[in-house]
Amino acid sequence: MNPPAPDAVVVDHVFKRFDGRVALDDVSVRVGSGELFGFIGPDGAGKTTLFRILTTLIVPDAGSARVLDIDVVRGIWTLRRQIGYMPGRFSLYPDLSVEENLRFFASVFGTTVEREYDQIAPIYVQLEPFRTRRAAALSGGMKQKLALCCALVHRPRILFLDEPTTGVDAVSRREFWELLAKFRAGGLTILVSTPYMDEADRCDRVALMQRGRILAIDAPRAITASYEHPLFAVHAANRYGALRALRDYHNTASVYPFGEALHFVDSRGGRDVDADRIASDATDALRAAGFTDAAVTQIPATIEDVFMARMGAPEGEEPEPRGHAA
Amino acid sequence: MTGSGEAIRAHDLTRTFGAFTAVDHITFHVKPGEVFGFLGANGAGKTTAIRMLTGLLAPSSGQATVAGFDIATQSESIKQNIGYMSQRFSLYDDLTVRENIRLYGGIYDLPLPDLRDRTARILDRLGLARAQNEFVRAIPLGWKQKLAFSVALLHEPKVVFLDEPTSGVDPVTRRQFWELIYDAAHTGTTVLVTTHYMDEAEYCDRISIMVAGRIEAMGAPADLKKEANVSSIDELFVRLARPAAESGSAAG
Repeated sequence: MNPPAPDAVVVDHVFKRFDGRVALDDVSVRVGSGELFGFIGPDGAGKTTLFRILTTLIVPDAGSARVLDIDVVRGIWTLRRQIGYMPGRFSLYPDLSVEENLRFFASVFGTTVEREYDQIAPIYVQLEPFRTRRAAALSGGMKQKLALCCALVHRPRILFLDEPTTGVDAVSRREFWELLAKFRAGGLTILVSTPYMDEADRCDRVALMQRGRILAIDAPRAITASYEHPLFAVHAANRYGALRALRDYHNTASVYPFGEALHFVDSRGGRDVDADRIASDATDALRAAGFTDAAVTQIPATIEDVFMARMGAPEGEEPEPRGHAA
Repeated sequence: MTGSGEAIRAHDLTRTFGAFTAVDHITFHVKPGEVFGFLGANGAGKTTAIRMLTGLLAPSSGQATVAGFDIATQSESIKQNIGYMSQRFSLYDDLTVRENIRLYGGIYDLPLPDLRDRTARILDRLGLARAQNEFVRAIPLGWKQKLAFSVALLHEPKVVFLDEPTSGVDPVTRRQFWELIYDAAHTGTTVLVTTHYMDEAEYCDRISIMVAGRIEAMGAPADLKKEANVSSIDELFVRLARPAAESGSAAG
């Protein structure tokens, strides 16, 4: 009988500050071997700092972290050969061609593109038509694919992708996630960070992060199921008017735009007032305010609803404006 | 050509770079006070189109007016009548909040009493009064983006161009930002905005979707979804843009 595989990543009470600003504030998380794990949060959440610690580029102020059962501080040289890292900022050589970039990164790790071809094939086939093009002349989506290819060429056992889809259009983002699913199916452990909440569903598990802290860790479905109140979608042709009307409605706990609808939480929700009553009362209030086409229906929460409920006030709106990571 | 009441009016607007056509005969109108979402994949030509509409790049053919001025012959007037904000560059990190506002007031030659009034109004509206003497580099990203937007409106332009203004911003601040957009539109400012957040496309009065230099869809989000029989703009976007995404070239 084989012993259970150790966790691929174990982060234990990690703290990190830069110039007095807190970047990571007591972060603990475990990622299982073979998981596709997402760190979801806006800029300043601490995602990049955490990835830089896990890839041995910086050391924590306090706490410890192990990757592939190797301590990230003491085992730096052993670990570096076994991890693949794609930083958030495009970090390939713009004046080298697609092929030259790939050969360079293979040679750094003492291998060749030919020897590792089966590993990178799922992406390389998409890059092949452009293999003589300078990296600088690739589209955003193709640059990201080349960077992923370069991060994989030495056959790492674990992959860290820092915001690979930021600023990339919705189509290229989708394709990138489809590629990640392929590598995950091959058994690779993948940690990926993103500011796009709707990408959480692509992951086995996610950690929601805000201002250096983890707000929640779980499977995306478990996180959305944890939403504490009945949530309603409000549709009205005059969405902005309906938003203002609901802000003045005495039973409103929160209301905010969400795509084509408004999302609405009633302060009586979850207590003795049932969902039908909440919906009909809100509809009545909107009709009385002149929004006769308003329709209110109960809906399941999304990751973004949970994130907003748990994040509290945006940075700078809390009582103490200073001392947090920007 | 005169503005004839439209805030933006583009007719067969085209720009080529060598053999490559970045913007290919696009025609569209934006009404005063409208929030117009300008969507497209990376490399579809959005940035090239915006550079032409802001008077920074001459068109190869076609015409356009912005705030009533011709982009080919009156680009200086255009610059005085538009605001521009991008995710990449907007404010000076090494100046304080107040100094940034004053700098832009100077660039647009605002009379001092006006500048004083507007500065107070911005600081009050954004709740930034207590941070007015902080360096911009030290304030949170969400504040920066809201301040950058307010500064882009400082000279009360007729049209404002926003290039991915909410990228990386937390979901609550993102929504506050959109309320600022609505406020500006409500007072008659025309807003042209690009975004990769597809839910934000739904917040626009009308949107256009550019694919390989052409506008492939344009209209109110609800109408476009109905016509294409899709449940979200994301779905429509992917359907239109996916075939073109395979070409891999950089442009725009």
